[in-house]
Amino acid sequence: MAEQTLRAWLLTDTPSSRRHAKLSALYQGWLSFRSNTMAMVGLGILIALMLIAAAAPLLSPHDPFVQDLGNRLAPLGTEGHILGTDSLGRDILSRLIYGARITLYIVALVALIAPVVGLLVGTVSGYVGGWVDIVLMRITDIFLAFPRLVLALAFVAALGAGIENAVIAISLTAWPPYARIARAETLTIRSSDYISAIQLQGAGGFRIITKHIWPLCISSLIVRVTLDMAGIILAAAGLGFLGLGAQPPSPEWGAMISEGRRFILDHWWVATMPGLAIFTVSLAFNLLGDGLRDVLDPKAGE
Amino acid sequence: MMQTLLDVENLWVKFPTRQGVFDAVRGVSFTLGKERLGIVGESGSGKSMTGRAILRLIRPPGIVEADHVKLDGVDLLRKSEKEMRAVRGQRISMVMQDPKFSLNPVMTIGAQIIEAYRLHNSASKTDAHTKAVEMLEAVSIRNPERVMRAYPHEMSGGMGQRIMIAMMLIPNPEILIADEPTSALDVSVQRQVLDIMDKLVKERGMGLIFISHDLNLVADFCDRVLIMYAGRIVEVCDADKLHEAKHPYTQGLLNSLPRLDAPRDRLEVLKRDPEWSKAQSVSGRV
Amino acid sequence: MSMLQIEKLNVWFGRDRDRVDAVIDATFDVAEGQSFGLVGESGSGKSTILRAIVGLAPTWSGHIAVAGAPIGKRRPKSFYKQVQMVFQDPYASLHPRHSVDAVLGETLQLHGFTDIDARVVKLLDDVGLGQKFRFRYPHQLSGGQRQRVAIARALAPEPELLLLDEPTSALDVSVQAEILNLLADLRQEHNLTYLMVSHDLSVVGHMCDRLAVMKDGEVVETMDVAALRAMKAEHPYSQHLLQASV
Repeated sequence: MAEQTLRAWLLTDTPSSRRHAKLSALYQGWLSFRSNTMAMVGLGILIALMLIAAAAPLLSPHDPFVQDLGNRLAPLGTEGHILGTDSLGRDILSRLIYGARITLYIVALVALIAPVVGLLVGTVSGYVGGWVDIVLMRITDIFLAFPRLVLALAFVAALGAGIENAVIAISLTAWPPYARIARAETLTIRSSDYISAIQLQGAGGFRIITKHIWPLCISSLIVRVTLDMAGIILAAAGLGFLGLGAQPPSPEWGAMISEGRRFILDHWWVATMPGLAIFTVSLAFNLLGDGLRDVLDPKAGE
Repeated sequence: MMQTLLDVENLWVKFPTRQGVFDAVRGVSFTLGKERLGIVGESGSGKSMTGRAILRLIRPPGIVEADHVKLDGVDLLRKSEKEMRAVRGQRISMVMQDPKFSLNPVMTIGAQIIEAYRLHNSASKTDAHTKAVEMLEAVSIRNPERVMRAYPHEMSGGMGQRIMIAMMLIPNPEILIADEPTSALDVSVQRQVLDIMDKLVKERGMGLIFISHDLNLVADFCDRVLIMYAGRIVEVCDADKLHEAKHPYTQGLLNSLPRLDAPRDRLEVLKRDPEWSKAQSVSGRV
Repeated sequence: MSMLQIEKLNVWFGRDRDRVDAVIDATFDVAEGQSFGLVGESGSGKSTILRAIVGLAPTWSGHIAVAGAPIGKRRPKSFYKQVQMVFQDPYASLHPRHSVDAVLGETLQLHGFTDIDARVVKLLDDVGLGQKFRFRYPHQLSGGQRQRVAIARALAPEPELLLLDEPTSALDVSVQAEILNLLADLRQEHNLTYLMVSHDLSVVGHMCDRLAVMKDGEVVETMDVAALRAMKAEHPYSQHLLQASV
């Protein structure tokens, strides 16, 4: 009975307060998202990933750093090592579980830096126009021209290898597309009547950009970020593969693939297990992104 | 007795939504002969949906149901999609509101009209070209050769709409459905476009279904009028007797319009009676 | 007293070869408390005049004066307390992510009012929307309701002159009647001056006292509504418009 009225309260057409209206909008968005099975699968995988990373000490059967040279390259299903061991006898499953933390760390950092910088640059560029637009867009072009790995190499040469530097390198090459998207959206929105209307109330550029343009750009950016996540994870893995990202003995998934490369013919699981992990998480982000786009895309919604 | 071209009986159009099934058209019945039939209603009345349902242009999840929708005695609802393609354009054509959106912006006008013609007639390009020019002249376009080479964005609204009419009538259909054909046009151009449509429909002995929200325009232009509200037909009358309409909704619509020749302090506001949407649909059959 | 004076107003877009003159030498006067109509077909420049007055058209020359004070290149904040605009398309004039309360609240805040809550309630009542619409988002409102919110937003700063850009042309006939009645009532209650743009002569005939007919950017005739009703237009274009509207 209480559930029925809560649902009715959330689906109401006549919200009674600001909080009510926001909760109602969120709930309806959630219902829309929930009806997309594949997106729910993606969400489920990601939630599982986060829980696994959080509970790593409890879940992992072994210490990921402990070496057991007598038991190196044990195959799948070995006693005590379900996914086998790598070239130094470390348990692959434990390393995957702890590696999840590193993957999430990279993903979170890049997701916080790149879209935010892109949003800022793109909206200011699109709204102000004129030479500001020209200058900002040329800066964007310059960063866009850098191949990711080359920039990462430069960073490593300058500042030393390590995961933070890898993240910065990836972010520096990831923000330009967001700036482009944000600018394109801003140009469309800028000529709308509702922007004209608020200009007629004497609103300044800062208020218009932050309160009126950002809310409309954010949905397409969120969708783009989730779809890019796969690429970012792979980029981090690539850097790890080259030895530029997380340094040994860190259980970063890309580094694990790199170490297992030598044994791929006879002991294929050492490289393949982390590869499957990367694949699963990338796929999950893609499915989530698809589902979010269906919910957040204003054209599809209205 | 006028020959019946189209016979629609008990047409329903439904759309499933999260809040349940939404009935856009509810039990509409009417016949169309070689006449000009107007369907008037406000937004949400179901008038456009009716037109699209006849041409089976409503895609799933929309559901179209009817006892029958007979064109010359043959039920259109029983035809396969392939058979319907032979009906659309060839036997029933549709002109829509804004030529900006119904003409392909990246093809020349000549190419589009020729394509429309050759879809339904096997003809050589030269023959099709000649036919297209003829058709453009029939819609009073003064420089047809130049227009054939031009692109849609170079045309004004009125010209674009006349080109649409030419394109839709070139395969010589029996029925033309016009969905708000003049709503996007300026007042002085509207009359011109309507006159052309009228002339062609009469010359070819076609039936015309004219869908609009403009009651006076429809009364002026059509022979019979169906007034729709909330998916149902609430009144049927002859166009010249529209101002003697009996249903309160029709009267309300007529009275809420501002008039130059009858100034009032306040316009009458339509009071919607929930009974109107609950009542049975009035039959538009002759 | 003249509320709005337009003299030899020219508005153009683009430069040199690409220059398009949207308004050419427009001149007319709107007295205080009057309702003045601007009629013409699409491309006649009528909406452009409104945008020029309010500061949304970049390049213009000529003389515009509101309540006797001439207007320069920039509009001071006090201008927006005097002059407000209602836009044509109710589906485009409200921010899709802002609730009605947010729209009105922000407007009041920008104009420096402190009793925002009370004013929002009063504004909604004034335009005939009850409290239950206060926290709705635009997609939960019909076209007529959205236009009422737009009118409330325009009334929030307590302006003297209201510019109306085809306020009912995107609405159903029955809704148009409600909105036109509302506008007439509000004008009387708040002693407003209206400059209303429309392509529909009967709407102008109902709402306005005087009107100007525009064609291709020029004002071809100014007349009283009484003359309009008597079908006594002097300029051939005005006569042509009259004929087509009846």
